[in-house]
Amino acid sequence: MSVSIRDAYGRALAEYGDRPDVVVLDADVAGSTKSCVFAEKFPERHFNVGVAEQNMLGMAAGFASTGKIPFVNTFAVFLTSIGFLAARTLGSYSGLNMKLMGAYGGMSDAFDGPTHHALEDIAIMRTLPGFQVYVASDAAQTDWIVKHCIEEAGPVYVRLSREAFPALYQENTVFEKGKGMIVKEGSAATVIACGLMVGHALEAAKILEKEGISLRVVDMFCIKPIDQELILRCAKETDVIVTAEEHSVTGGLGGAVAEVLSAGGCNVVQGFVGMEDTHGECGPYAALQEKYGLTPEKIAETVRECIRRKPE
Amino acid sequence: MGLSEERQKELEQICRESRVELIELLHKKQTGHPGGSLSACEIMTVLYQEKANVSPDTVRDKDRDRIILSKGHAAPILYMALAKAGFIPQEELLTLRDLNTRLQGHPSSHALEAVELTTGPLGLGMSAALGMALSLKLDESPAAVYVVAGDGELNEGACWEAAMCAAKFKADNLILIVDRNHVQLDGTAEEIMPMGDLGEKFRVFGWEVYTCDGHDVGELCACIDKAKEGKGKPKAIIAETVKGKGVSFMEGKNIWHGKPIDDASYEQAMKELKGGMEG
Repeated sequence: MSVSIRDAYGRALAEYGDRPDVVVLDADVAGSTKSCVFAEKFPERHFNVGVAEQNMLGMAAGFASTGKIPFVNTFAVFLTSIGFLAARTLGSYSGLNMKLMGAYGGMSDAFDGPTHHALEDIAIMRTLPGFQVYVASDAAQTDWIVKHCIEEAGPVYVRLSREAFPALYQENTVFEKGKGMIVKEGSAATVIACGLMVGHALEAAKILEKEGISLRVVDMFCIKPIDQELILRCAKETDVIVTAEEHSVTGGLGGAVAEVLSAGGCNVVQGFVGMEDTHGECGPYAALQEKYGLTPEKIAETVRECIRRKPE
Repeated sequence: MGLSEERQKELEQICRESRVELIELLHKKQTGHPGGSLSACEIMTVLYQEKANVSPDTVRDKDRDRIILSKGHAAPILYMALAKAGFIPQEELLTLRDLNTRLQGHPSSHALEAVELTTGPLGLGMSAALGMALSLKLDESPAAVYVVAGDGELNEGACWEAAMCAAKFKADNLILIVDRNHVQLDGTAEEIMPMGDLGEKFRVFGWEVYTCDGHDVGELCACIDKAKEGKGKPKAIIAETVKGKGVSFMEGKNIWHGKPIDDASYEQAMKELKGGMEG
């Protein structure tokens, strides 16, 4: 296990935030989001606004409109619900350079329960024109995302995590907006995953390999703009596509991939691994993943089932 | 420094013309909000004509003063003020709310550069103005940020989040002007959501507070001058106004919040407003 996503984020923010136009806002959860690391280094550019998310998002718009790059921090669930009006009006509609950093994505704030889980944030944020949407899949990638947020203007939503995910990439790997990463080649089926589920998909590949099924695994860390070319290529080359996300099966990565496949007229079987239109509950993170089917086994099972459904 | 008598008369004349042209425009377009535009007429005129350090030539200057109309439904009076101050051609006003217009139904900063912030959903403007104010302070800019909010708008909880936060961060370059017209969409403020003593509310939130007649350009200017002096606190000017000011049958009437102006009402309004033009 590598460093946790939130620690990687906190470190990157403090490192790349070493320029006068970066400002950081937090709503009394800086110790959780790890924006506190930045606060220690650059207190004059860190604004803790108290438990007041609406105001935080509005303030970010004001900072953005005067040439700053505001990083807005709170739990993903609050950012994308309470913060949605400002994100829509000022980030999306007006195109202001707001960086919304969704801490504790998915069920990673496991013991706090469903009120603190974010299982619909990707669906919500990808409906907003102009927004880029990222899901951090490992620590090295988190580092690149922070750098990218500073370098490229425009509204961005990033889903982070409280937890550590298995390392997928070397430090300083360069990613590209709108380009998914093939983390494992395979020929029988493709799993397109993001975040926590990329590591699980690689585990699923090991299970399936023993059965003679060669699984390709794609890390679709950039949900918007999505890598249409790669999705269509995978459909052509493997003709089974399974999406896997720590998110509702409604409207998230699975939905985004289905839109591309459908518009592309692909004759492909798609399976969806994710939260089945339900909220979770509190408990140990691993147990939650087990109970709600966010596991390598569930991915492997879905791949097998899709291969069976494949027309002759 | 006080307003000269001559300058005061000029500003009053601009306000009279603005009211006439506003009613002509809204009658012609059969859409747009008259009540809250009329109540904010002197506030917007004073800001753009006299007090805010921004002009068509400095609209991209990083040290310009910012004016934010947080009560975005009063867009017609914002556009009127922008036209009177030369930011947009007067004839462009006729494109209000048309397809492809820069003059969107609610102000849009990407449609029209002179609009500092997209507004419309109430309660966002104060927060954004605060962000701008703190950002300008980081840059050691001399610029002030003026934000005009409605008293109905202050029903929104986010305004009070911003109020707390502005005091915490000592945003003394932030000047809020409340268009205290006592009427909101569904009825009077007393009926819908009584806001009590707004000045006292801001005072206990840590703001420096001024109160004036929001239809008296001299008083407005004097308040803004005083507000600009104080250090360490955000400033609120409670401008007592009348919704629909200048048109007797619109005054204090919530139905004129957003109602299209029919021909008979238009004739009557013109008679009253043009009657006042002689001065």
